[in-house]
Amino acid sequence: MRDLHKSLRACCLGRLLPLILLLAAFGMGVRANAQTPAPTATSTDARVAALEKANADLQTSVAAAQSAGDNGWMLVSAALVLMMSAPGLALFYGGLVRKKNILATMMQTFAMMAVITVLWALIGYSLAFGENTGHFGFFIGSFQNALLHGVGLVPDKVYVTTIPLQTFMIYQLMFAIITPALITGAFAERMKFSSMLVFMVLWAIVVYSPMAHMVWGKGGLLNAALGGRFPTLDFAGGTVVHVTSGVSAFVCCLYMGKRRGYPKEPMPPHSLVLSFIGAALLWVGWFGFNAGSALNASGLATSAFVATHFGAAAAAIGWTVAEWIKTGKPTALGAISGAVAGLVGITPAAGFVTPLSALWIGLITGVFCFFMVFIVKQKFGYDDSLDAFGVHGAGGTIGALLTGIFANSVINPILGAGKATGVLEGNAHQLLNQAVGVSIAWVLAIVGTLIILVVVDKTMGLRVSPEDEDTGLDLSQHGEEGYHAEPSY
Amino acid sequence: MQKIEAIIQPGKLDAVKEALIEAGIEGITILEARGHGRQKGHTEFYRGREYSVDLLPKIKLETVVTDDLLEKAVNAIITAAQTGSIGDGKIFVTKIDDAIRIRNEDRGDLAL
Repeated sequence: MRDLHKSLRACCLGRLLPLILLLAAFGMGVRANAQTPAPTATSTDARVAALEKANADLQTSVAAAQSAGDNGWMLVSAALVLMMSAPGLALFYGGLVRKKNILATMMQTFAMMAVITVLWALIGYSLAFGENTGHFGFFIGSFQNALLHGVGLVPDKVYVTTIPLQTFMIYQLMFAIITPALITGAFAERMKFSSMLVFMVLWAIVVYSPMAHMVWGKGGLLNAALGGRFPTLDFAGGTVVHVTSGVSAFVCCLYMGKRRGYPKEPMPPHSLVLSFIGAALLWVGWFGFNAGSALNASGLATSAFVATHFGAAAAAIGWTVAEWIKTGKPTALGAISGAVAGLVGITPAAGFVTPLSALWIGLITGVFCFFMVFIVKQKFGYDDSLDAFGVHGAGGTIGALLTGIFANSVINPILGAGKATGVLEGNAHQLLNQAVGVSIAWVLAIVGTLIILVVVDKTMGLRVSPEDEDTGLDLSQHGEEGYHAEPSY
Repeated sequence: MQKIEAIIQPGKLDAVKEALIEAGIEGITILEARGHGRQKGHTEFYRGREYSVDLLPKIKLETVVTDDLLEKAVNAIITAAQTGSIGDGKIFVTKIDDAIRIRNEDRGDLAL
């Protein structure tokens, strides 16, 4: 019935379109004739010209309609990704810390929304996406778009052909905000606010911008769409966002050391309710993160949307079941942690894989991250307080590798039409490229983070004093409390 | 006058409250408390880390009654709060010297 309806509509449209065109051409022809009565030969020319004009007008309207649709989706996506930082991540992390640190923890993420935004306008965007024809063009952008010079309201030939370049700029900014915010989970409850700000600004310049340039920037070493030397498939930032932030988080928690009293003193999450709301917001916001990375409102965006959702669901099940088997109880914290891990794992793969592959990627990532947090972290005893490494570093790494295995040219023929993309399709070489991309992300994150940590440590110190740590960062860093012991009447 | 302090399971509060009203007790004070007796605590897991929680949520109920109501009140609490398993709580009784109603300065039994 539905098919019949569809074909009827198609048939009508097919018949009507030439008629409309003809009428339009005729109308214009009449007008042209009225203005300049001419011999029959010219009249034919005029008709042809009018037809051509009508056709050009039609193309313009079609392009405008597409741009409107794409831009609408991309602006919503940008807003969704910002929602992942706050309230999403702020609540997720905020609930996991102790009562005395909730405001400071949320403030660290919120501060990124302000500070990285300003930095992005000044040089951040340019260093990531500015064209660099020099020797280091494979590694980092340029100052060409500093102060957003040349980033206007028209589309751009390189990055986005259907939406204003400024939409692309603001969308990419939201990624630059959440990436450093993810790191805060590793040094939660012990870093000085001032040092954190300096660290993050330097990190955005030294680690984030180069990595974003290499994977997504024109001329980048790993760029798969614009002819990089090692085309690494990273649809929405598995390496750029999650590997860099997760590995940097690991370096931070090793360098700064454990929280006072860890692991002897119990430090259970003070409000899993907040974490629950945060994780749910992350899940929803992730649709903007992944499906938005199609940079248009096409079927590819749908594919990424579906893969994202499937990955999260399968990982929530994977983590929870693994936990159920190990400890005897399926916890709420396990379910939300698993979902976030799955979203991390599917991030590089969304837009390259089928829905069923997404289920596999989610399941594998969920169980793998569970293993990293439950077994590896306990065994080595590092204090990755909120598991930024265990979820984002580990999940991002395994997700990027699995992308090389499951990527499918039917979903996205990024290496050329009909060319095998992933290992399962017969392109074993892709796994190597993924490994190169992941390795570069690891090395850049380790080296960059370590240098910044040493510099900030020697100049202003990283940790709060032991007394301040005991008091809690809310009071010692901000002079406020999230919850008042004595209510006022 | 006797003061009754009863530590009970939070889930038994409503039953105890009704039983006391039925027994003719006019006023009670409730405190949300945390503590443990022989029951000790329980363990919780957060991302694989085990925490033993030895202070459990309890309700502490206080009321001051006239001497003749004491047994009735204590029995009401026991009947309403008892499950027979460990962790049901305890009742403490102490003698009170005086009571004063702030509004009109009534004293002794009259103030209750």
